[in-house]
Amino acid sequence: MTFQAPSLEYGALAPMLVIFGAAVIAVIVEAFISAKHRSAIQLAIALGAVVLSFAQVLNLRGTATATAATNSVVVDGPVLFMQGTILVLAFFAFLLLADTDAFAAQASAIPGSSEERVALQTGKIQTEIYPLTLFAVGGMMLFPAANDLITLFVALEVLSLPLYLMAGLSRRRRLLSQEAALKYFLLGAYSSAFFLFGAAFLYGYAGDVSLSSIGAAVNGGGTNEAFLLIGMISLSVGLLFKVGAAPFHAWTPDVYQGAPTPVTAFMAAATKVAAFGAMLRIFYVALGGAVWTWKPLITAVAILTMVVGSVIAIAQRDVKRMLAYSSIAHAGFLLTGVLALSQEGLESALFYLATYGFSTLGAFALVTLVRDSSGEVTDLNRWVGLAKRSPGVALLFATFLLSFAGIPLTAGFIGKFTIFTAAYDSGNIAVVVAGVLSSAIAAFFYIRVIVMMFFTDAQDDTVTVTIPSLYTNLTIWIAAIATIVLGVFPAPLLDAIASLAVFVR
Amino acid sequence: MTSDNLVYFIALPLFSAALLMLLGRKADKWGHLFATAVSASTFVIGVMEFLAMRDRAEESRAVTQKLFTWISVGDFNVDAGLLLDQLSIAFVLLITGVGTLIHVYSIAYMSEDRDRRRFFSYLNLFIAAMLLLVLGDSYLNLYVGWEGVGLASYLLIGFWNQKPEYATAAKKAFVANRVGDFGLSIAVMIAFANFGAVSFVGIEEKVGGASETALTAMGLMLLLAATGKSAQFPLQAWLGDAMAGPTPVSALIHAATMVTAGVYLITRSNFVFDNAPNAQLAVVIIGAITLLFGAIIGTAKDDIKKALAASTMSQIGYMIMATGFGPAGYAFAIMHLLTHGFFKAGMFLGAGSVMHGMNDEVNMRRYGGLAKFMPITAITFGLGYLAIIGVPPFAGFYSKDKIIETAFNAGGAQGIIFGSTALLGAIITAFYMTRVMMMTFFGNKRWADDAHPHESPFLMWAPMAVLAVGSVTSGYLLYNGKAIVNWLAPVVDPHHHEHTELLPPIVVSALAVGAVLIGVGIALAKYRGELAANAPQDVSVFTRVARRDLLQDDANEFLFMRPGQKLTEVLVKTDDKVIDGVVRGVAASTLGSARGMRKLQTGYVRNYALLILLGALAALVAILVVTL
Repeated sequence: MTFQAPSLEYGALAPMLVIFGAAVIAVIVEAFISAKHRSAIQLAIALGAVVLSFAQVLNLRGTATATAATNSVVVDGPVLFMQGTILVLAFFAFLLLADTDAFAAQASAIPGSSEERVALQTGKIQTEIYPLTLFAVGGMMLFPAANDLITLFVALEVLSLPLYLMAGLSRRRRLLSQEAALKYFLLGAYSSAFFLFGAAFLYGYAGDVSLSSIGAAVNGGGTNEAFLLIGMISLSVGLLFKVGAAPFHAWTPDVYQGAPTPVTAFMAAATKVAAFGAMLRIFYVALGGAVWTWKPLITAVAILTMVVGSVIAIAQRDVKRMLAYSSIAHAGFLLTGVLALSQEGLESALFYLATYGFSTLGAFALVTLVRDSSGEVTDLNRWVGLAKRSPGVALLFATFLLSFAGIPLTAGFIGKFTIFTAAYDSGNIAVVVAGVLSSAIAAFFYIRVIVMMFFTDAQDDTVTVTIPSLYTNLTIWIAAIATIVLGVFPAPLLDAIASLAVFVR
Repeated sequence: MTSDNLVYFIALPLFSAALLMLLGRKADKWGHLFATAVSASTFVIGVMEFLAMRDRAEESRAVTQKLFTWISVGDFNVDAGLLLDQLSIAFVLLITGVGTLIHVYSIAYMSEDRDRRRFFSYLNLFIAAMLLLVLGDSYLNLYVGWEGVGLASYLLIGFWNQKPEYATAAKKAFVANRVGDFGLSIAVMIAFANFGAVSFVGIEEKVGGASETALTAMGLMLLLAATGKSAQFPLQAWLGDAMAGPTPVSALIHAATMVTAGVYLITRSNFVFDNAPNAQLAVVIIGAITLLFGAIIGTAKDDIKKALAASTMSQIGYMIMATGFGPAGYAFAIMHLLTHGFFKAGMFLGAGSVMHGMNDEVNMRRYGGLAKFMPITAITFGLGYLAIIGVPPFAGFYSKDKIIETAFNAGGAQGIIFGSTALLGAIITAFYMTRVMMMTFFGNKRWADDAHPHESPFLMWAPMAVLAVGSVTSGYLLYNGKAIVNWLAPVVDPHHHEHTELLPPIVVSALAVGAVLIGVGIALAKYRGELAANAPQDVSVFTRVARRDLLQDDANEFLFMRPGQKLTEVLVKTDDKVIDGVVRGVAASTLGSARGMRKLQTGYVRNYALLILLGALAALVAILVVTL
């Protein structure tokens, strides 16, 4: 038996290779460099890798689209855009992560133990968060680029496993954090099983794991319709779980609440880009021919997701849970773009992902600033009257909320407008109606928070706003500026997307 | 022709405003000088552009500059672009020229104020916004400037906002302007709906194909906008209160430039009004009402700034009326606007100079005999006075005379009515301005005990002197050889209309001079002798009404505020009982379902996993049932 070495197109893979390489180096740094210098070096490696990788993405932008690594990875316009978006989000997420105060000194120490106290006092703080995040970023970049089911699954696990760990690293309220991590892991594994199950059935149906072959089989009318249906649904469940669509969303609030806030910010912003990227590719490339089969299903899921996300958010008393439900609702809005199954739908979804990513990152970054003596204050009732004490923070938070609500002059408005237009043009009226109605419901709770911050008198003086570190500050401001600029001058980004966004089939 | 220089008109003062604001107290030492230098340099650029423009052939005088693509949605494109033509250069020179003089004046006038830098920053902001207003090449760009000057005006009226009534005055101006701005935004919408364009050039091209109804509607909305910004009836009430701002502001914004934006708007929109005779008639009527309204209020005011403000209202009424006469009137409206810019700004600065010497006293009943103590102020103010009442050969004579003539020439009953109104206005103008002159500079001294009137420093009287020169010469310069008419013709009168004459010009001039003599005569007879230091209270009902600004506030209160409050009450009740009832019901049921759904969120992994499984099974069953 001869073994043929696979041909690897290093050029096309460079963005991911840089990140994975940096992740490996970061692991070594974690093991060999003393605690005193570690966190600065780790941050430098991470930011350097992201910048270098982003340069590679820019470099690839002009070249013709290509498949790489024996057809298991594809590098086309949408992939490059999503990789770029993920890298930009990751860059700012790293700046948030640099605020090590949010993380447990030693994740292995039992919460509240003397071991933990000693670690904190002596500054023996572990910085495994950096390599973990780098691996997750690498997985996220591979996920939308994967061109066959095996690579897709590998990428899914590469991005998920670090996230499970990261969710458990919170320094304060560690039990909640660890519970969140365990839940996320169990349910993630469970949904991965669905995903694999679906992949197996699709292989059974098409006789091949590559997306284009599956697409060809679907178009050509495969042999066993039942295999296709079961495979498609199981695979979708795995993906819908990752984006947090109802009824597979139940983990989202618990995990978002329990995880350290910088991790939540990264998870909410970047995971969504990666997962929707993969979903767009699967539905557009592999299952595009079977649209009439999956469209009713995804329509129902989209409507359910928007309604559940918007309605339950009203009853939330915790700002992180509220943002989690908001992210569920946004997953629903994004699904309308998937449903459009048109060039327009793809472009608007990409734009939406970018704008949503920025606003989310900024909003969670702001949550890290509102604290009392025991850490972050996430109880919404204690945010009352925040504008009196910290008008700047309240104003920035209001900006992000208005963008989530889709008020004009913010990026969120343009995103919603384009995505609903695309859905409407594709003839899917029901989903647009549901989308607009749930946007109205959602606007209610966003604006309620703004009213609480600005127009209600505070009863609680223990809440303070910490002076943000330079890093956090930079993230918040860039996110706010991006939110406004993309709302006022969306044309350049929309044009850029339009010139890029064609999937290779 | 295109040019790359136009952007500096806006960029320079905007940069300066931002710089002074950002540097804060650090710039206190030099901020005023920097702002003045920036304003002066825009004036220099303006003069260069003017000279270059004059040397070009008539058809290539207009220059444009595209800044960037602002909005691009499908077929709808708006570029942020600038247009400098014969009309806008006139405004540019006025704004930057008078603006610079007032910057210089303010250096001395505001020298005691610890927030002088902030004041200059606002002044520069105003210059930038006003230049954008007159240079924008579309209604949308104009709108940005329009809002910008509104903001600057609001900030400057309320500059001394530690006094609540000043802050209230700023708010009043803001609200009245908002009503007008609403008109402008509707006009833009009408333009877009009918022409698919918002640029002046774009609309002018397509104006032939539009229905007269649409053009009339657009014209009326533009007129509403003009009444707000230019303090015309019925949105005039804010201007008097706007005198709360520092006097240089009153001179620049509330006399020479911003309040004339309405005249600019109508003149710029000539292609709309020329095709909508009904809207034009409305313009003339509004102008005629305001010119009398302002003049009558002016006769009863004892506050020197408010008297001048009433006069501004009245003079702008003349301009608005002139624009309503179409191509026959535009050039004269602009001419009066320019001459008015000189003499009214000069007189406001004079008033500021008087206040400066009299411990900020504004009540003319506490003045008297000041000519001896502040001779320069008296002379420069006096030249402005001769100009405004229209004594030949001072500036106002030429411009006002032409407007009266145009009014008579409108033809038919209209010509006689509006011509006579304009003449009547001229009589009253001569009366109240003579009254101001007499009460301030002549007659017996009625000063407060601690008043020590003295002439103002050089930096203050120099600008007044320059403006006084303008008050004397500008009319003749603009009129001589029909200079302004020929200059503006390509913009406002491209087809060279010939106009009928009801009365020969010489007769009109004689009538106008006669009107001046009557007005001055009455005033001299009334205010020559000793005056009481307190306003007499046993006056006729007419005087009382005039003192109350012809009941403008009472009317607003009766017509809008009270019914508004009543309506609000009713609405609040309806809202409370009916709408909120429904909303609360909906909210309660939504919240109920939210709480219900929240129960699914148990926190147990097993329940979540079950939910996922059920979801997957439901999907599978549904699809299988449907498909197989």
